[in-house]
Amino acid sequence: MQRTETLNSSVKQRAGKLNRKDGIHLLLLATPFVLFTLAFSYVPLFGWIYAFFDYKPGIPLQQTPFLGLENFRNMFDDPRMGPVLANTLALSLLSIATAPIPMLLAILISEVRSGWFKRLVQTVSTLPNYISWIIVFSLAFSMFSTEGAVNSIMLKTGIGSPPVDILGNYDRVWTVQTLLLLWKSAGWSAIIYLAAIVGIDSEQYDAAKVDGAGRMRTIWHITLPSIMPTFIVLLLLSVSNLLSAGFEQYLVFSNVMIADRIEVLDLYVYRLGLVTGDYSYSTAVGIFKTVISVLLLFSVNILSKKVRGQGIV
Amino acid sequence: MRTQPAGQMLRPVRHTDWKDLTFTLFNYIMLSLLVIITIYPFYYILIYSISDPIEVQKGVYLWPAGFSLEAYRATVQLPGILDAAIVSVSRTVLGTLITVFSCSFFAYLITKEEMPYRKIIYRFVLITMYFNAGFIPWYLTMKTYGLQNNFLLYIIPSAMSGFNIILIKTFIEQLPASLEESAKIDGAGYFRIYRSIIFPLSMPIIATIAVFSAVGQWNTWFDNFFLVENPKLQTLQLVLYNFLNQSSNLSNMTTEELTRGDVVRSLTPQSIRMTITMLVTLPIVLVYPMLQRYFVKGIMMGAVKG
Repeated sequence: MQRTETLNSSVKQRAGKLNRKDGIHLLLLATPFVLFTLAFSYVPLFGWIYAFFDYKPGIPLQQTPFLGLENFRNMFDDPRMGPVLANTLALSLLSIATAPIPMLLAILISEVRSGWFKRLVQTVSTLPNYISWIIVFSLAFSMFSTEGAVNSIMLKTGIGSPPVDILGNYDRVWTVQTLLLLWKSAGWSAIIYLAAIVGIDSEQYDAAKVDGAGRMRTIWHITLPSIMPTFIVLLLLSVSNLLSAGFEQYLVFSNVMIADRIEVLDLYVYRLGLVTGDYSYSTAVGIFKTVISVLLLFSVNILSKKVRGQGIV
Repeated sequence: MRTQPAGQMLRPVRHTDWKDLTFTLFNYIMLSLLVIITIYPFYYILIYSISDPIEVQKGVYLWPAGFSLEAYRATVQLPGILDAAIVSVSRTVLGTLITVFSCSFFAYLITKEEMPYRKIIYRFVLITMYFNAGFIPWYLTMKTYGLQNNFLLYIIPSAMSGFNIILIKTFIEQLPASLEESAKIDGAGYFRIYRSIIFPLSMPIIATIAVFSAVGQWNTWFDNFFLVENPKLQTLQLVLYNFLNQSSNLSNMTTEELTRGDVVRSLTPQSIRMTITMLVTLPIVLVYPMLQRYFVKGIMMGAVKG
């Protein structure tokens, strides 16, 4: 009895030693990746310090005057800040307003009986997700510029006579950009809903059919309620991204006519920093954006926990 | 269908059939419209780019006007295009290899319970998904690291991705542990087990990640836009962007530029633009339908996790 116990403990000890050696080995193997993450994701955070100085490129930070929170206070007096925030919020809210469309698209796709047509729609509708905004811009330009396909078709058929500049329309720019974003992303966003629909127990549909429910009714009473949780999670996530209206999209689509209404926060930070050279103030605006976004994410997470009993982060 | 008295079923069935038919018709019309709206712009630049350069100026809508590859011949001869293509292909291949290796090897290490501080290390990496230092700090850091005008900028910073790591880790955890244990008894080290067991077995998810990251690499251009001025390191996307900016504002200058580069006079900036767009889009359009199911699988795995 005693012998087996000592044997056991010695085996355990050996295993423990081996484990510790393995552990150190594993740690060593993981170290490069951890250092790497540190260098590329954490070190840039130290750059936040620029927001508290009057930094000019070329002069070392130690020789630049310390400003404290002045850059942050300046934001309130900045005449551009209001319009930029308005643009950012408007474009984000418009894209949130179109959020049910991918869900409806997924429902429509899931109701298609023919296999090849279903695959065709899915493949084609997700394609725009995989091309860059530059290509989207080029496509949009060939469609909607004054010499583009839409204008020449309108001229030829006599629907409209003077060429309409759709991409330079000051009053419609938010609508146009929202539709472009929808064109690019709807098919892709629908995939998540399709996954949720596939997961619905088919017996529910059978039972509803027996009760005489048509397709509209099964969609209304089974499909929609089943994918609502997914919809809400995605909606909440997009709320936390309120201040991150797509940077690349608005950078490529910006032109003289519409620049004022398309300048979102990220674009403003870029312009302040790299075009104007005001690194410090630009960093301060960037910090403001990050802090609000993180706060939004946490609040949304708390909200989600309260409502669904489950967080999203 | 459950059994039910036939007479009782008759009326509701006929009624719903009529409604179903309307719905189906509406559904097919809507989805067909969607397909047309999505595919037509691609189709339009295709027929524009392969049309006869003179004929095309009268306008094309459904069929190419004549057929000529003149625009392609001229485009690939444009200064810088070939270099840019090489840079784009290299960044896609190398960047993808590095990302796939880093994410999958790290994901494997993090599944090992004997690793001390495993949870902390995992979180340390995952947290990077939720915050971002911002544009200027990123820009200055890359400069400090000497990545300005450096090809490594394209392939190094994107190597670790929290999202990829979650996907691969979840996949590896489902693999039977016994395979690995027997290899370990035979004296294989962690790297060897990763290379000869884990990596090959994780192919479905590795393929997904590889495609994700390849498409990302092919499309990314802002690192080039902000930090690389060397024309030899320009990516195709940026060449297209510069060309678009010029041809939308100063189409005269571009024509001049084109004729200088001993390109046939009849080519308009318009056809060149369509052709570059086609060249940049083509790899994705060709490869994508074959890989679509990987994508779908990948995002579904991600969705289930989230």
